[in-house]
This record gives sequence, structure tokens and C-alpha cells, in this order.
Amino acid sequence: MRHVITLLVENEFGVLARIAGLFSGRGFNIESLCVAESMDPTVSTMTLVTRGDDQIIEQVLKQLNKLIPVIKVVDLIEKDFVEREMVLVKVSATAETREEILRVVDIFRGKVVDVGTKTYTVEVTGDEKKVNAFLALLKPLGIKELVRTGRVAMVRGSKISTEPA
Amino acid sequence: MKKTGAQIVVECLKKEGVDTLFNYPGGAVIALFDELLHSGIRQILVRHEQAAVHAADGYARSTGKVGVTLVTSGPGATNTVTGIATAFMDSVPVVVLTGQVPTALIGNDAFQEADIVGITRPCTKHNYLAKDVSDLPRIMKEAFYIARSGRPGPVLIDLPKDVLAGSAEFKYPEKVSIRGYRPTYEGHPGQIQRAVKLMMKSRRPVLYIGGGIISSNASKEVTLLAERLGIPVTMTLMGLGGFPGNHPLSLGMLGMHGTYHANMAVMESDLLIAVGARFDDRVTGMIEAFAPHAQIIHIDIDPTSISKNVRVDLPIVGDCKRVLSKFFPLLEEEDIESFKAGLERWYQQIEKWKSVYTMNYDRNASVIKPQYVIEKIYDLTKGEAIIATEVGQNQMWTAQYYPFTKPRTLLTSGGLGTMGYGFPAAMGAQVAFPNRLVIDIAGDGSFQMNSQELATVAQYQLPVKIAILNNGYLGMVRQWQEFFCGKRYAQTCLKGVSPDFVKLAEAYGIVGLKATRPEEVVPILKKAFSIPKPVIIDFVVDPEENVYPMVPAGEPLNQMRLV
Repeated sequence: MRHVITLLVENEFGVLARIAGLFSGRGFNIESLCVAESMDPTVSTMTLVTRGDDQIIEQVLKQLNKLIPVIKVVDLIEKDFVEREMVLVKVSATAETREEILRVVDIFRGKVVDVGTKTYTVEVTGDEKKVNAFLALLKPLGIKELVRTGRVAMVRGSKISTEPA
Repeated sequence: MKKTGAQIVVECLKKEGVDTLFNYPGGAVIALFDELLHSGIRQILVRHEQAAVHAADGYARSTGKVGVTLVTSGPGATNTVTGIATAFMDSVPVVVLTGQVPTALIGNDAFQEADIVGITRPCTKHNYLAKDVSDLPRIMKEAFYIARSGRPGPVLIDLPKDVLAGSAEFKYPEKVSIRGYRPTYEGHPGQIQRAVKLMMKSRRPVLYIGGGIISSNASKEVTLLAERLGIPVTMTLMGLGGFPGNHPLSLGMLGMHGTYHANMAVMESDLLIAVGARFDDRVTGMIEAFAPHAQIIHIDIDPTSISKNVRVDLPIVGDCKRVLSKFFPLLEEEDIESFKAGLERWYQQIEKWKSVYTMNYDRNASVIKPQYVIEKIYDLTKGEAIIATEVGQNQMWTAQYYPFTKPRTLLTSGGLGTMGYGFPAAMGAQVAFPNRLVIDIAGDGSFQMNSQELATVAQYQLPVKIAILNNGYLGMVRQWQEFFCGKRYAQTCLKGVSPDFVKLAEAYGIVGLKATRPEEVVPILKKAFSIPKPVIIDFVVDPEENVYPMVPAGEPLNQMRLV
């Protein structure tokens, strides 16, 4: 099962290596990972997506908690949460496809961020399903390059993701 | 007042009460060695950095204090890795200080540069690269705190040369505050209450205790609990000495080479109370078949140990000593007498298992049996000695034939299984306890993995006794080859290719003795123990003796080979 894990960690060198090492040392895969400074500049927020059965995820959460620079670990799957990721796509734009690309981008409330002689670079933000659907529509038109940010997530409502339920 | 980085490190060591360092110098740490020269801290110069960590580890296991090692950058640092991994697997508090090239050269493939923080990340509890001299006091304080608190473990601090040479105001922090590290000590009161109720309902309970009993100094509590309720106790290798091995309630060790009755009792129990143990594969055998009828209570300070290998019905996260001591007031409310009366049939069953198979060996053999040597070491020392072992048959026979009665009297590499651990660990313990008898029970193979330390024991006149059970084989692997590879002894025969251990001892200026017949064993042990110097005793033992019982790897615990 897919799990979205939010972590608060010390904003210092080596922390990412510790977390990555914890996964690689046990042969677990990280599906996506997003790290940036939080409101408190001494703390970074990480959103990590991984897959595993309950026993593996329980071990992963405990092992993450055990790392000294990890301040807080929350498995959002136990909560109601929103998630988003952004994707940048460079898609080949010919006389025949330009209209179609713009239509798709419009439908998905995306944006054209750069125009070349033979390509459009477009961005779209959404949850995993929306981004995948968007890419599926662009694919036949000729995707040249694609970069996804990985997911960020947050608990719905007035609750704070990293506070106890 | 401003101090240099090297001065700060020495001041911090003093503040932490460090009285001994096991070290090896080099270019990157030359300033630190210069500073240590008149510090009053005792320094033991080892002959290989791996041994420095094992010695600090032996010092730590025997005293309960943090052991400290100081080595140089590059190869000095990489040589410590096996020692660190050994301490990590067995939860031993060790602080390893490594030199590093100047910060400006880090990442430049400089001379004697190694990314030791990267290399040791998965085998330390935590590690630090000190990039600023003003961070040193905090880092040193945190390192010692992390090493000894919670589930203890090794912590490494990498000290670049320019950081040691730099200067800063020195103020040692009074408190440690790490927001991501707050070990749970107390144990959940509701869970403890439920544990008591579960215990009262059991008819076939077993206490299964591990190294956590030793590291939390909980031997007294676990012994009182077992006696109060009459619950039989089995120990892991790491738990030996945590409960007296000669106690009527002791089942001895469990697992791959555990006693028949301990393994049978665990398999038939209806309640397993695991304290400070981690359900290692050498303990459980085939995990799916482990203790099929038992509910499991698991007390451990490390939440990651709980429900890692086996499902646990009632977890209690906390320090073994503190959690166990909370059982006693609750037991006041319970009808202990009728509980104990209900255990009669369980005791009878255990007695039956004992009569089916008792560990033994041929006592009339004309060659020296290795088990006999260990029994005689026990008889002559009355269990008062500190015993280190190497890894393999020597280790298992020691666990089986030396009934450890006190905590911190066994030094053995349980988790990592590091051959070459025992001798330097014994050396570390001897430094801590100059007046106690410290014995390394070794194999001819293992001993040669760190025999260079003979120079160290000779230099400091550390009267360690090394009893080599010399069977001319890498015995445990040979045993597996006998059982599982049709007696094809690939690369395990050392017969005729090892040094003459008596001459080796003499070459280092220490005493070498040799015994080839059973009747020589006791006199030669007596002689060795009476010499206030390091002694090697070469016991030429039965070359193909095996360790029994044995549960083949991955098989259920009740499938034991008995002969």
C-alpha cells in the first residue's frame, strides 16, 4: 500500500543521507521525496511517498523516528489529507498540435511557461491522478521531457499535519 | 578563555569523566595527542585501530561506562569500522574520535582522507562531522549522552585538523537538549498492569531475557521477579549473566545452540515475557514456527525492536530496570500462591525435557575435550572471572559450559559475530579491572585475527589469560561443512599452518604454556592463573568435536540435532 509520510527534521547537512540510507539499507524504495525549509529555518519539512505492507511501514516509521535529527514522523495515510505535485512538460508543438496542447492545458488549468520554435513547456499542478491524466493526454502529442516535483501533502481542515490527532 | 580545538576535546573528555583512551596516533590528530600528553588521561596504545574499538567496547561492557577510542584519519578511521559495527549490534556505549583532513580539503581525495561519517552512518547510533571549533563542546556533550542513554550504542565524531587547531571560547554545556531524541524510560502504566494480568493467567510462562538486562543493570529486578512468581528464565547469548546460570529457575541459553529444555519450553510456553531481547534469528529459528502457543509480552527501550521479527501481543517501551520494578507493587494485589501452585505441571514438564537430553561430552576421552577446559576454568574461578570469547565453537561452548552468575562478566560479540573481538575486549576489561582475572577463551582461528595486540598486553603488562582451544580448524564452519557439505572442509583447516603459540608468546616477551593431555588441564590453568602476567595457554583439543545441540539455520527451534 502507498503511504505518504511527513517528516520534520533538523535543517542540517547529512540528514537526507541518513533517511535515504535507512531505506536503501533495507532495500525499500522511495517513490517520491520533497524537502524544503519550513517556517522555522532550523527545521525542514519532508514529504516522502513509499510503498509497503503494514509491517514494513511500521518498521519504516519507527526507524525514521529513531534517527536523532528526525523530530517528528507522521503517516498521513491514517488521516484525511490533500496532496499536490507539479509537473513541467516539454511537448513538441507543431502546426497541427498547438491548438490541442493549449486545449488540454486549459482543461487541466495548467500554464504555458515557455514557448520554443518546436516546443511548448507547460506546467500543471494537482494530485497524482490529475497529473497522470494530464500526461496521458499529452503523450500522443510527443512529450520531449518531463520533470515532476514529487508530492507534498497536508492534513485537511484546521488540524496541523504533524500534531497528534 | 579561548582554547584550541584540541584543548577543548581534552577538557570535554575530562568533564565526561573519561580516565582511559584506547588510541593510535597519526598526522591528522597529532595536535590532540600532544595535548593529551600531560592531561592525566591514561592512554593505551593498541597495535591496530580495530582492536582500539574492541578494547573500548570491552571496557564499556565490563564497567557500564562509555569506552573511548581516538584514531587518525583515513585508514585509522576505516580500521575502526568492524569495531564500531560490533558495538552497534550489541548496543555498547562507545565514543570514537577520528581525525579528518582539514575542512578545506574534505572531498578532495586528500592524503589519508576517508568519508568516515558516510561510511559509519549505518553502523553508529549517531555520528558527527565537527565543522566549527565552537561546536565542539556541544557535539562532545551530545555524543556521550547519546552513546550511554536510551538503547546505548557507538557514536563517532570526525575532527578535521583545522578544527582541532582553531580556537574558541570553551564552555561545557550543562544540559543536552536534542528535540529529536527523547528515549522512553518509564513504560506505560496501563500496559504494565495488563502485563501483570496476562502473567497471572498463564500456566506455562517463560522469561526470555537479553542484553538489555545487562545494559540497564536490571539483573536484580529480573531475578526478584522470576523468584517471586517462580517463572523459569532463559537467556540469550547477550543475556548470560543477567540471571544466575546456576539458579534453579535457569533454563540456560536458548536458540541455535541453546539447551534442549530451554528451546522446548519456549516452543510449548503459553506466555513469553521478553525483556531486553530482540528475537534474533539465532534465537528464534524458523520465525513462522516460533513459540506457536505463546502470547508475547515484550519489554524493550527501543520501539524498533518490538514487532520487528515476531508479532507482539503486549509491547512495553521502556527501560528494563524501571519497567520491571513497577511490577512488584502490582503483584501485591495478586494471588501469587495459587499462581505458583498452577505452575507445578509446567515444572514437571521441564524436568522431563531435562531428563530427555542434558548437554554433555565424552568425559573419558584420551584427548582434551574443549568443553572440559571451559568447565575447569569455571571451577577454578568460581565464576568470578571476566570471560571474553572469540566467535564460533569457542564462544558457544563457553555459553553452554560456563554458567555465568553475574552481569558484565561475559564479553562476546553476539550480533555481528566478530572473530578477533575477544582478545582486545579482554584487554579493555583488564585495563578497567587490573586486579581481576580476565580470560579470553579463544579459537586458534579467531585469536589470529587480532594477535598483534600481544604487543599491547606485553607493553602495559596487562595480565590477560588467553586460553586457545586449538583444534586446528575454523571449527564452527568445519562443523557446518561436516553436516551440510558432506565433510568437504573447504578453507577451514589450519592444522600445521598456525604459528607455535608458545613461541609466539615468547616472541612478545610474555608466557606461553601448552597442554596436550586431559590431566594437564587443571595444573596448567592453575599455573597460568598464578602468573601475574599475560599468558597464552595452547590447549590442543579434539579436532572434530562439535557443538550440540544444534538447530540448523532456518529450522524450528524444536528440531534440534542432539548428537
